[in-house]
This record gives sequence, C-alpha cells and structure tokens, in this order.
Amino acid sequence: MTTITRLAKHRLFWPVAILVVLLLSNLIFTPSFFKVEVRDGHLYGSLIDILRFGAPLILVALGMTLVIATGGIDLSVGSVVAICGALACWRISEQGDQNSVGGVLVAVVLALGLALLLGLWNGFLVAGIGIQPIIATLILMVAGRGLAQLITDGQIITINSSPYKEIGAGYLLTFPVPVLIAIVVIVVAVLLTRRTALGMLVESVGGNAEASRLAGIRSRRIKLMAYMFAALCAGIAGLMISSNVSSADGNNAGLWYELDAILAVVIGGTLLTGGRFSIGGTVIGALIIQTLTTTIYTIGVPPETTLLVKALVVTVVCLIQSPSFREKVFKGRRQRPPTPSAPTAEAPAKVEVPA
Amino acid sequence: MLRKISMIIAAGLLAAPLAACGDNGGDSGSGSGSDSGSEKIVLGFSQVGAESGWRTANTKSIQDSAKEAGIELKFSDAQQKQENQIKAIRSYIQQKVDIIAFSPVVESGWDTVLKEAKDANIPVILTDRAVDSTDTSLYKTFIGSDFVEEGKKAGDWLVKEYQGKTETVNIVELQGTTGSAPANDRKKGFGDVIAADPKFKIIASQTGDFTRAKGKEVMEAFLKANPDIDVLYAHNDDMGLGAIEAIEGAGKKPGVDIKIITVDAVKDGMQALADGKINFIVECSPLLGPQLMDLVQKVHAGETVPARVVTEETTFTQEQAKAVLPSRQY
Repeated sequence: MTTITRLAKHRLFWPVAILVVLLLSNLIFTPSFFKVEVRDGHLYGSLIDILRFGAPLILVALGMTLVIATGGIDLSVGSVVAICGALACWRISEQGDQNSVGGVLVAVVLALGLALLLGLWNGFLVAGIGIQPIIATLILMVAGRGLAQLITDGQIITINSSPYKEIGAGYLLTFPVPVLIAIVVIVVAVLLTRRTALGMLVESVGGNAEASRLAGIRSRRIKLMAYMFAALCAGIAGLMISSNVSSADGNNAGLWYELDAILAVVIGGTLLTGGRFSIGGTVIGALIIQTLTTTIYTIGVPPETTLLVKALVVTVVCLIQSPSFREKVFKGRRQRPPTPSAPTAEAPAKVEVPA
Repeated sequence: MLRKISMIIAAGLLAAPLAACGDNGGDSGSGSGSDSGSEKIVLGFSQVGAESGWRTANTKSIQDSAKEAGIELKFSDAQQKQENQIKAIRSYIQQKVDIIAFSPVVESGWDTVLKEAKDANIPVILTDRAVDSTDTSLYKTFIGSDFVEEGKKAGDWLVKEYQGKTETVNIVELQGTTGSAPANDRKKGFGDVIAADPKFKIIASQTGDFTRAKGKEVMEAFLKANPDIDVLYAHNDDMGLGAIEAIEGAGKKPGVDIKIITVDAVKDGMQALADGKINFIVECSPLLGPQLMDLVQKVHAGETVPARVVTEETTFTQEQAKAVLPSRQY
C-alpha cells in the first residue's frame, strides 16, 4: 500500500497513468492494437506508429520544455520545422545525384545550421533586446512560413533520395530511425541538464531571472542557449517530417506544432511560468498526444467530431493532472460517497506503472 | 518626431499599391481610356494566391490565354486574404476595366463590393470557387470544376472495375479538409454512385487535410485497424501519395494489393499513376484560361452566357498517364 501511495505522489504518476489508460482503451475497439510484428525486416504495429509519428513532436516538445523552463515560450518551432524541411529538400533536389550520401549530409548540416541561426535570432530578440518571448517568437512564426515558401517557391518539392529517406522512414536493426534519433537527443538533453549544473541554472533563470543574474548566473546566455536548442530540435523534427514523405510542404509542414508541443510540456507537468521542468514528463506528454491522434484514426472517429473528441480528452487529462482539482474531487467524494470520479477508474493501472 | 515617422510610413503604404498598379499596366501604355470597346478588352483578375502547384498552373493558364486572345490582363495576387481581394476589385472598378474576374478566397462577404461593380456596370465572372450571395445578378457566370461530378467519376470507375464480382469491396477514404467544398462534394459524388451496389463498403473515412504527411499517418492507422482493404479513395493526389508510402511500409503493393483512386492529376500524382502505384485519377483541371477568355469576350459583346460553366476535365488511366506525362504542364 505504501509503495502505491508513494508512486501516486510521484510527479510523473498521473501522466503515465493517463497514457496507459489511453493505450488500454484501444483494446476495446482494436484487439490487435498491441500486436507488434516484424514485417519486411522491420517492426510493424500501432505502438511503433505512435513512437514513429510521435518522434518529431517529442523533439519539438523537448526543446520547448527548456525554453518554457527559462520562463519563455517559442511559438516559431512549427515554422522552423517547415523551413528546415524545405531547405534540406531544396538542396537535395538541386544536386545531380540525389542518392549521394555526401550531398544529403551537406543538406542536413545546412538545414540544422539554419535552425541554429533562427534560434539565435529568437534568443537575441528575447535575451538580447528584451522583447516578450511570445511576441519575439511570433515574428518568426509568421515570417517563417513565408521563408519556407520562398525556399520551396510556393510548391511542394518532391525528392527521391534514399539516404535522406532513412532519417524519417528508415529502420536500423528493425528499429525506426526517427525513434532512435529522438532517444539520442533525449539522452543528451537529460545528461546535459541533470548531470551538469545546466539544468539547475535553467531552472533558476526561469524561477527568477533577476535574482539569478545577481547571483552571478549569465541568464542571457542561458536563455539564448535554450532558444537555440529549441530551434535545433525543431530543425531535426523538420528533417524527419519531410523525409518521412520525401517532400517539403512549406504551407503545411509543422502547422500548429507549437501548440501541440506546448500542450505536451504542460501535460508533462512543467509549469508555463518557468522554473522546474521535467523532460520525462514532456516525453510522456508528447506520447499521450500522439496516442490520442492514432487512437482517433484507428477507431474511426468521424472527422467532423475529431477536434471535439480531442478537446474533451485533453480537458480531462489537464483536470486529472491538476492537484487542486484532484483534491476537490477526492474531498467531494468523502462528503458524498456515491459520486463516481475519474481517478477511481484508473486504480488498476497504478500497478502497471513501473513496467 | 514620432509623427514624422508615422507619416513616412503612411506615405510608403499608400505608394506601394500605386507602384504595383503601374507595373501591371505594363505593355499597352495607354490602358486608361479603353471604354470604347473597339480597343483591347481589359480584364481585371484577382487570384487567391500561389499556395500550390495547382494554383500556379491556374495563374499561368489565365495569363497565357489572355495574351493569346488579345485581352489586356490586369493581375493581382490576394495572398489568401479577402481584404486584399476586395481592394483589388475596388481598384479595378476605379480603373474602369471592362470585366472583372476573380477566384474568391472565401465564400461569404462579397455582396457590397460586387454591388459596387454592378453599379459601375462592370460585369463580374467567378472562377474556380463560388460565392454564397443570394443575389445572383451580382455576377454573370461561374466557371470552375464540378466537385460532385469528380466524385461521381471516381465512383463510376470503381463500379466498372468490380463489375461482375460479388464479394465485398472494402473501401477506405481519405477526405480533404473537413468542411471544404471539394471534400464535401467529392465525398458525396463518390458515395452516391457506389451506394447503388451493396457490395461496396466504406469501412473507414478520415480527413487527411489534403496533405501528404497526414495522408500517410491516417493510412498507417487504417492499415492497422483494417487488415483487409481493397480500395483507397483519396480526395487529392497528395494524400494518395502519402498513403502509397504507408502501404509500401506495410509490405503491400499499392495499385495491386490495394487499388487507389485520387483526384487532381498533378505531376507527382500522374507519375505515380504511370508507375502503376495509382490506378485511376480524376482530373481537376486548373487550365481554365481559354474557357475564361472565351466567356470574357462573350460577356463583353453582350451575349448571354450560362450561369454555370464547368471546366473541361477528363480522367486518366495508367496507360493514358504514360502517354500524356511528358507534356504535362503542372
């Protein structure tokens, strides 16, 4: 009993519980949902789909977590996704042999370099000039789509490059490459923030920028780095998305991604006001969003009501996440015993959390 | 100081559209007094934007055929904004062009500006998209694709393809952007045709937002949830192309294991059709320039024109795609 109550107190308990419930609810509609098989030499199944399509969102949300932890927000990530995909695809389409590994590497480096530059721009506006983050990054959010369309000339660029395709749709030892890339970036981020003082510095800047500056922390530099990291993550996500369909769509790639990413961060338990952050929570938050999307497609919710269903689930998720709401519900139950409440339904899921 | 700066900015804003108009006036030099009718017809055209390859081809077709027909074209790009389009139409009214044509960005909110055009005795032609004005006297005619018909053509092919067979045909559908006219109408036309035969079953239907990425993602989910899919009907080529990748990822052969029907016939789609990955494409042609110029001349001469003109469109099988692919414009 004590282990269960202690588990329930863990900050990641509720996000994980929600994810498990969402996944399990698929069993009702699709009995084969958890079936993972090897097909054509790679893993194949709905769970793999969730990871594969969730990988770009995980990356973008990861970068967003650090930016939000510094007390900022980055609305431009969706546009950066579009720009980087567009630049890489344009570069590859211009070269004679689209299948040359060297050429693809050049395109990837160029795109990620541009992403860093865009992050530097955001960071400069926020930390250097001191513009409100929501306004500063709104500039690139709006202008960035134009930039992406400038690169693609308003068209959808289609490429035919097998090395580039590996990034978003390839498999390494039966594992999807985008998932592996996401894992590497997550591990690097965790090591950098939790094994060095960087994470603490980020949290202190987000907690109180002025106090941390007076304490001798270069808060501007920390902010700058956070925005650059967010843009880099968005850039990698952009490569994945464009590579997955072998084409760059300046109009639609990464559209509204910033909102999904912010939602993932919030579901993961990081406060929008900055300060403490949870990378694990963000990853689970992103997986919840992708699971929800895949669930909706798999069980066949009519498209007219998709958004409503999503909104309902997200509302419930956010309410369950909120400690004050839980307290109220639990208290209310004690006073009036017969009221059923959502958390009780999740009681059996508690046991499965460690797995 | 601040006032001076804002005045400079205001002056710049005023000058910009003037400069643009000057550019458009271009070749003829004295386009102003062309009210007599014996001179070149002046057509003011306001385009939606340049959001897709389809739209770019549409623009080019209109520009080329205007030149060919000897019609002076004043062209403006609304960049997907209705206010730009209203501005453009007002400036055409001021310039006293002979005829105004435009592709409305959205369906509603046109009554006022169309009334201004009517009061100035300038006939208006709608292209590609309709407006929801109840007063149909505000425009002469509407030329564009019939999306319901496109859906019907897709359904007809399917019925013919499975003629004489009795087993159930499981169909999945990738819809366009929810609520958009092409998505609603293509779904309806297709549904109406196949409803006549109970062996056709639409087992899943989701929106893919007309994009390749969404098409792929949704198709992945379809493939997992429904192991037995016979036919895919996608409301445009791009979603179909995304779905092809998903089908290949599942170890099936697109065009063989799962038959694919799409709408649009853009170049990438035609390539896939020629490669045998798509089975049938219903054309939604952007090349309405020649028909439009024909209408412009008729309206200008005072002839009566039908209130609805459907774009000349065809369909493509795999063999036809191979034949026309080299000469495809978009």
